[in-house]
Formats: sequence, structure tokens, C-alpha cells
Amino acid sequence: MALKIEQDWGRFREIVRGKVKQNLRKYIVHSELIGKKGKDLVSIPVPQVEIPHFVHSPEKSGGVGQGQGEVGTPIGIGEGDGDGHAGNQPGQHILEVELTLEELAQILGEELELPNIEPKGKKNIKSFSGRYTGVHTAGPESLRHARRTFREALKRQITSGSYDPINPVIIPITEDKRYKLRETVEEPAYNAVVIYMMDISGSMGSEQKEIVRVESFWIDTWLRYQYRDIETKYIVHDAVAREVDRDIFFRVRESGGTIISSAYKLCRKMIEERYPPDEWNIYAFHFSDGDNWSRDDTHECIEILEEDLLPKVNLFCYGQVESPYGSGQFFYDLEDHLKDKDNLVLSKIANKDAVYDSIKQFLGRGG
Amino acid sequence: MISSELQKCREEIEIHAREYGLDFFDVIFEVIDFEEMNMLASYGGFPVRYPHWRFGMEYERISKSYTYGLHKIYEMVINNNPSYAYLLKGNTVIDQKLVIAHVYGHSDFFKNNFWFSETNRKMLDEMANHAIRIRRYIDKYGYEEVESFIDTCLSIEDLIDIHSPFIKRQFDKKSFLEADEGGRKPISKLRSPSEYLEDYINPPDFIEWQRKKVEDEKIKKKKFPEFPERDVLLFLLENAQIEEWQKDILSIIREESYYYAPQIQTKIMNEGWAAYWHSKILTEKIVTDKEIIDYADHHAGTLSTRPGVLNPYKLGMELFRDIEDRWNKGKFGKEYEECDDIEAKRNWDRNLGLGREKIFEVRRLYNDVTFIDEFLTEDFCREHGLFTYAYNRSTGMYEIESRDFKRIKEKLLFMLTNCTRPIIEVVEGNYMNRGELYIVHRHEGVDLKLDWAKDVLKQIFKIWKRPVHLETVVDGKLRVFTAEGGKKGKEVEVESFLVR
Repeated sequence: MALKIEQDWGRFREIVRGKVKQNLRKYIVHSELIGKKGKDLVSIPVPQVEIPHFVHSPEKSGGVGQGQGEVGTPIGIGEGDGDGHAGNQPGQHILEVELTLEELAQILGEELELPNIEPKGKKNIKSFSGRYTGVHTAGPESLRHARRTFREALKRQITSGSYDPINPVIIPITEDKRYKLRETVEEPAYNAVVIYMMDISGSMGSEQKEIVRVESFWIDTWLRYQYRDIETKYIVHDAVAREVDRDIFFRVRESGGTIISSAYKLCRKMIEERYPPDEWNIYAFHFSDGDNWSRDDTHECIEILEEDLLPKVNLFCYGQVESPYGSGQFFYDLEDHLKDKDNLVLSKIANKDAVYDSIKQFLGRGG
Repeated sequence: MISSELQKCREEIEIHAREYGLDFFDVIFEVIDFEEMNMLASYGGFPVRYPHWRFGMEYERISKSYTYGLHKIYEMVINNNPSYAYLLKGNTVIDQKLVIAHVYGHSDFFKNNFWFSETNRKMLDEMANHAIRIRRYIDKYGYEEVESFIDTCLSIEDLIDIHSPFIKRQFDKKSFLEADEGGRKPISKLRSPSEYLEDYINPPDFIEWQRKKVEDEKIKKKKFPEFPERDVLLFLLENAQIEEWQKDILSIIREESYYYAPQIQTKIMNEGWAAYWHSKILTEKIVTDKEIIDYADHHAGTLSTRPGVLNPYKLGMELFRDIEDRWNKGKFGKEYEECDDIEAKRNWDRNLGLGREKIFEVRRLYNDVTFIDEFLTEDFCREHGLFTYAYNRSTGMYEIESRDFKRIKEKLLFMLTNCTRPIIEVVEGNYMNRGELYIVHRHEGVDLKLDWAKDVLKQIFKIWKRPVHLETVVDGKLRVFTAEGGKKGKEVEVESFLVR
């Protein structure tokens, strides 16, 4: 049964979404949100969706209670909860609203005006998935619909008069049995992989890594919304590059110098071996402070990008994070040599507040 | 729809309830599932309400706490003739029996308690009418426009005068005539038998005093409103420059507020009365041997207490029982109060047997404030372990403050006065002769929650459309908050200044 409350509930959710949207910049920058992530849900504290009234300040009012204890015995933690009022008032509290990652991505998309991604045309690849579409009188026992079967049996027994309300025994016979009907659905499959690369040389401190963490969370959220399945791969590099898992990616300690080409080479190798571009949508993100070891290496990087990476990936994003030692030359080198490439996006991220605009730059292309 | 088995239980309970002297409206029972129950609870008990997101928010809250097993609504009953009561599907039969008896208690209270006497007994229809009217405005003026105005009204919904339904106002044309003639009213002199005594009987300073009295009277007449008005909604309704449809919505919100007010005003008594009767009827007449454990479990759950929360079911029921016991034994009146012998007082029994009669009288005439004021005794406080608590800033915790009887009673009465809400009055509707609104918070020892107070002020400004001032006390100092601005797209701002 459709409940009448649906309309009001929907409206309430809409208002909450609006609040989240309004404060998106704040939420994006504050990484505590990411900490609250469950499997598919994010729980977001939304300030004041309530209706204000003239009320007594709870800290100053106190109340009357019942139970044991000497004078001075603590009975509960302060903050808000207006329970002192003889139980007449619902507690006041900051509302924690749960949003699915999908909703969050939608909000992100709307607010940043991100275009939907056009996957590269690999529509010939099909994936098959099953769905229950109905109920049938024949089928395998493993798919028997217990409730429907029971209902049929009950109906039959009542009509035939063999149902006894005092001793309600229902025995289904073959004709009563109902089975779930499974249909196979064909869906075009878009495989997508995101390769994150991060510079962990000595100049990338914990603050810089925090920026990368926040930014990659939002990129992930968006891409996961756009593609059903997505693979993420992580590469860290200083003078040499290696593939790591997500945990290490964000936790590894910084050390050593910077040879960016090492990461690009590993990325190229990964794509060649595991992600053939005619089957995969590939997104690569590289974060660094842009302080490369030598000009020669920079040239090598540009070469790899131009010849191997850019032709194969949907999007290559380079984010230059400002470090205590300033911002490096790499950004300008890329800008000089490759600015006519459509699928290369460059972004400078001065601090955490700049993450918002950087995401917009990266994903605003919709490639 | 209610099954034949339940129907039988209901009939039996109804007969017993009547035998005990309960006098209720007809009650229509319906069995509904938890989703419907949660929905109805969000709607304040009524199946049809006007559309508003706050009901949705309430639904989210209630269903969440249901899902997490924190809270379950067993029953709901609405004050209407006939009363409607909802039972939760899937409850055990003994649960349903308890709830049915409980509902009869409530319905009896609705019908007979004085404070409910002015409520609309056809509220079910009225609420549906409100919904139709507001939907019509939505069609005409747009959803967001209407919603935003409802938001505004809701934020002042509690600014009513809970006693006003019982005040018979002298309001006829004659008073206007008198007021008009007040300006030319002659100064009243004492009659003097002859002219030469005039100066002795009516000396000049007496005449002067009389003249001043007349002048004062005139100034008072000019005051607007003449007396501070607690029904802020009524004042706005009669004086604010708003559209007719907005007035209608404001009046709807006001009417619903007055409908719900007695339920807040008699929460302890009403729940206590219902708990008293479900316990009495079930334990004396209904419960079978095999049901007694389940009954006791449920009943104990209903009456459970935890520190910091006063359970109105528990407090109310125990007070009714205490009253019954005292009036049965004659533990009241001068002789009892003045007796010094503790032992004699404890064993006091005059065999009056007036208890039952007394509690029926109490349920007819009292509300929570007068109930506590008259019947909460020191013995009762000690026996039931009542205490006051307060917020300790240094630990950030609420702590037990005192077990002193006077403190407890004072605090409890303070909490219950004006439905636990601060007292707010319109004092001047033409402040400084500039059409500004001046409202006063009658500070009684507890400050307002300031951030909310400022927000409410902005909302009142939306209705009044001229600057709105709120006088209150913050940390012992008199302060006035003012909401103004809002012209040419400017944000409405609230500023405050200290008075002296």
C-alpha cells in the first residue's frame, strides 16, 4: 500500500538534499564525512532542518527525575536533549541524515554541473544478469515462492471447504505451487578503471596527502555513480614507482626524490597488460607537487603521455598540490607542450578549499 | 477492522470499564500495521492532514527508532466523538487487551476532564477540512509559497493563551460606545450639600488627582493592545497586514494548537489515568493465569523510569493511587496535617472509603499544574525517589541537584506551567508610534535558547512586516532583540542591545 506520508517524506528528503547541496563546498573540504562512510551510505550531519520556537535554554533549565543516587550523581550527558521537560518534548538534536553514495554523487553532479560521462563505444560487449520478473506455475523447487504457494493452498482449501479455522492446517498440493520467474537481461557493459598515481617524495607532507585523499574520494564517488562496476588501482612513486593497495596509498610515508616518469611507465605497463583500451574506459589521475628531478625526465614524461597514455585513456588529470616548498615547474611544462590535448586536464590545488574547484575542472569534461 | 476474537475482548473490557464508572465516547478500534502506525503518529493521530515536510521528518524519525528497536508505538487514540483508536497489528492478544483498556481510560478523560471541554469533538472532520483548504491554496499560490508561510506559522504555533477558551470576554458594542465617550468623561466629584463647602469636600488636589486618573484611563485606552496579549497568534490574525489566504492558514494553525494544548496540559494526569485503569481492569477482571507474566512484563515496560526522565504514566498513576488511598483512609484535612505523631500518621485509617469518588472528581477538574500543586506530598516524593537535576558546566553533565520536597515541587510546577513553554506576550502593537511590534518574554529564572529565539523573531517579522522587538533577560541583564531590514532583498537581521 502506498502511504500518504510518502509525499511529505519525499519533500523532507528533498529539503535535506537541498541543505547538503547548499553546504556541499563545506562537506567536500571536511574529510570527516568520508570517515562516516558505510558500505553504500554516508551519514551527514545536517544543521537545523527543524522549526525554531521560543524555548527555554536546556542548559539553564534542568528538571525533575526519578530514581536512586546521592546529590551530585551524574545522570546524563548534557548538550541539547530536552528530556527534562517531563517527557513532553521530543529531543532536539542535529539531524543525521543518511544518503546513499548514489544520491551524494547526484548532488555533486548537479551542484558542480558535471556532465554525464559518455563511455567510449564498446557497446558490443554484453553482460548478462538475472532478474525476477514474475510468478509462474512451473519452475525449479529452489525458486518456489512460499507465500504465494501458501496463499493458493489456503484459497483452494477454503473454497473446497476443507479449511478448519480451529485447526488451520494448510497442505499445498502440486497445483498450488508457484515459482518465481527468472529472466535474463542483457546489458551493455562498460568496464572502467581508475588509476591513481601519487608522488610521495619528501616534499609531499601529510597535508598534501589529505588533499589527495579528499579529492580522490569525490572522484571515486562520481565515477562509481557513472559506471556500474569500477576498478581502482593505486600507484605511488618517488624515484621508483610501485603498485600498492588503497590503504597503503594513503598511509605510506614520504621519502626520496621525484622521478615522475617512473609512475607513467608503470601506468603504461598496467594498461598494456591488463586494460586493453578497446575494452576499458580508463581514467588516470596523478597528484604531485610538480618538483621533478630533471628536465630530461620531464621530457620523457611528456613523450609517454603524448604517445602512449593520452591516446588510450578517456581522461588524464594532473593535479599539482602546493607543498611547503612551493609549487613546481611540471604543471607549466605540461601546459606548454600538451595544451591542445582534449583529454588532459591540469589543475592546481593550493589548499583544501581548492579541492571543490579542482574536482569541477577534472570532471567537468565528461570524457 | 478488528477480528472477532478482539471484538469479544473489547466488549468484555467495555462492560467492566462501565461498571467501574468510566464514561467514555464510543470508541472505534482499528488494527493497523507498523508502517501505518508510524505514519499516523507522524500526523499527530489523524489520517488526513495538510501536506507539510515536518510530518515527513517526524516519520523518518519514528520509523528509524522503530527499525533500530528503540521505540514502538502500541496504541494511539484521538480525542474525537466517537474516539478513534489504533491497535498495532501483530501484537499479542494480552497486549491488545491492555491497550484497549488503556484507550477507554483516555476516552473517559477526554470526555470528562474540564480542560478538554472546549475542544472540537469533530476534529477528525475539521483536520480533513484544513487539509482541503490548504491544498486549495497550494493549487492557487504554489507549493513553495504556501509551505514557506506554514513554516513561519509553525514557528509561533505555541504562542497561544491556553486559558483563553475559558475566559468569557465582555465584548459588545456598548463597550465601544463607552470607550468613545471615555474622552469626555466628567471628572467625578463628591457631592457637596452647599457651595461654600465645595472646597472642603473636593479640595483642589483631589480634583487634580481625579483629572489625572481620567487622563491615565485615556492613555490606557489608546494602548494597543490594551492589555498584554498572550495569544500572539490571535493578535497577528487581527492586526497583521497579510493576505486573506495567509490569515486562513494562520487561523488553521492556531485552531490545531488549541486542540492539542489540553493534551500537553494534562499529559501526566491523562496517561496516569489510563494506566491506572488498564492496570485495574486487567488485573481484577481480565487477565488469565497464562497471561499474567506477559501482562506484567508489558505493564512494567510502560511504567519504567530512568534517571533524568520523568515517566508521566508512572507519576500520574502513582499519584492517583496515592490520592485514592489517602481519601479511603481519611489522610487529609486539618486533623491529619496537624498530627505530629509519625506512627499515628502512618497507621491513620478512618475508613472513609472516599477514594474512588475523589479520583473521579480529580480527573474532572484538574490539570497537571493544579494536580501536582495539590496532591504531590512530601511522603510521595520520598517514597518514589524524586529529585531535581541541573546542568553542571564544569563536568558538562546533568547531575542530581536536590531531593528537597520544596525544590522538587517548585521545579515541577515551573516545568509544567504554560505547557513547559516560556511565556511570551505582545505588549505594544504600535511601538514608538511607528507600527512596530514589541513583545516581552516574562522571564521566570530561565533564559531563552537564543539562536532559536532570533530565528523566531525573523519569522514574526515576515508576518508583521515592520520591525519586531523582543524583550528578554540574558544572564541577568535585560536585553532587547530587534528584527528589521528585509527591504529591497536585504536579509532580515536581528540585533540586540542592552537596556541600561
